[in-house]
Amino acid sequence: MGVFVMPSLGADMDEGKLVEWLVKVGDSVRRGDVVAVVETQKGAIEIECFEEGTVESLNAEIGQVLPVGARLATIRKPGVAGPASVPELIEKPAAAAPRLARPTPLPRPPMPDAKPLASPAARVRANQLGLDIAGLRGTGPGGAVLLIDVEKASEALPGTTLAAPPEPETAAVAPGHVGKPGLDINAMRQAIAAAMTRSKREIPHYYLAQTIDLQPAIDWLAATNATRAPEARLLLSALFLRATALAAHKVPEMNGHYLDGAFRPGKGVHAGLAVSLRGGGLVTPAIRDTDRLGLNQLMAAIRDLVDRARIGRLRSSEVADGTITVTSMGETGVDSLTGVIYPPQVAIVGFGAPVRRPWLVDESILPRTIVTLTLAADHRVSDGRRGAKFLSLIAAALKDPEAL
Amino acid sequence: MNEADIRQAFLEELIKIAPDIDAASVGLDDHLQNDLEIDSMDFLNLVAALHKRLGVDIPEAHYSRIATLNLATAYLVERLA
Repeated sequence: MGVFVMPSLGADMDEGKLVEWLVKVGDSVRRGDVVAVVETQKGAIEIECFEEGTVESLNAEIGQVLPVGARLATIRKPGVAGPASVPELIEKPAAAAPRLARPTPLPRPPMPDAKPLASPAARVRANQLGLDIAGLRGTGPGGAVLLIDVEKASEALPGTTLAAPPEPETAAVAPGHVGKPGLDINAMRQAIAAAMTRSKREIPHYYLAQTIDLQPAIDWLAATNATRAPEARLLLSALFLRATALAAHKVPEMNGHYLDGAFRPGKGVHAGLAVSLRGGGLVTPAIRDTDRLGLNQLMAAIRDLVDRARIGRLRSSEVADGTITVTSMGETGVDSLTGVIYPPQVAIVGFGAPVRRPWLVDESILPRTIVTLTLAADHRVSDGRRGAKFLSLIAAALKDPEAL
Repeated sequence: MNEADIRQAFLEELIKIAPDIDAASVGLDDHLQNDLEIDSMDFLNLVAALHKRLGVDIPEAHYSRIATLNLATAYLVERLA
């Protein structure tokens, strides 16, 4: 008998609100299946199951706010007949930490296509109105149901007198910038504050920086993309992520979690990608086994992740499993950044905006595109020497983009 | 397709990429990246969407020519002519 609990989706989460069940009693579930949607400070997250079996009972109501570890559902293991009559042993909750030690890598669950895409706000509003998301027409990316679609549908309902939606807490923050539907920007800001405060309080950061000639990568990327249709083009961030993942594989002190006074190296490199949300806020969902994906696969994974991060369809494993974070300041703007490690991770790599500068190539000064990469790493786990090695491996990988 | 249709098509695809942008408030010379905060992924998605909708494959070297609504309209009119 398994107990499916409210998972911890990061150091900063202590409760979540159940907004949708995607299974019902009697359904068969497998590891990696998305079984519920929970609203957290990071937006709505699809919660995956880590058990195989049959859903015996659902133990939480839609709309309930539950602490991490609280029972959501009971799963009967395959081969076990009938409902258990004795209180079963509470199994290890599917919290963030134990999953690091998971013996077999969990395959990336396929996007459940049977489930309607919808923004968190749309889900919440539809829930309030008693509307079924699946029955609504979506106008968002990929046909996702947005808040406005729900509102439109509700207007069409006879006798809907629920009237005005609850005052959005975001309204006061940035008028005209309330864009990110369903995301409570204040809550997300609090979550970021909690995690970053903990990081600065607990993690003795050290910082390194290295400016490199990015021209080989830029030229290679331009030549590669010139032969490709837009759908198949690569972004520089895919090269950054790939180079970082390969380096992290070689310098394991940068990759993993620091928990309970000890470093636990990651079983695999699951690089978290800092994704800015339009309207404010930031999430850092992870790509599983980043170092094992080729550039094209990685690009597809990034595209998928960014799309889903923006409409609020991230999965619990993506939110909790990151073993290192990569953040990139985009194509224009600042030269470099000094990262804050996302606990319990032990390193964050930052890429400034690439800029054109005079640069010494052999004995000639040439205009080149350069970039400054930075590392903030945890001194409890590594020293500057290893950090420098790590950065130099990223630099070397970017100098030889054909090999990426 | 006349110029107004093309402008409308561009605007529609832009709004699909960034649904929080109010179509009515997009200025003709607003810069997609600097003013509307379109990032490189959004931009690539927009280029892909225009490819699909209009059949125009915009090479990377021409990205600066669709940086604003005005520029993009003129560029797409030229490419579709």
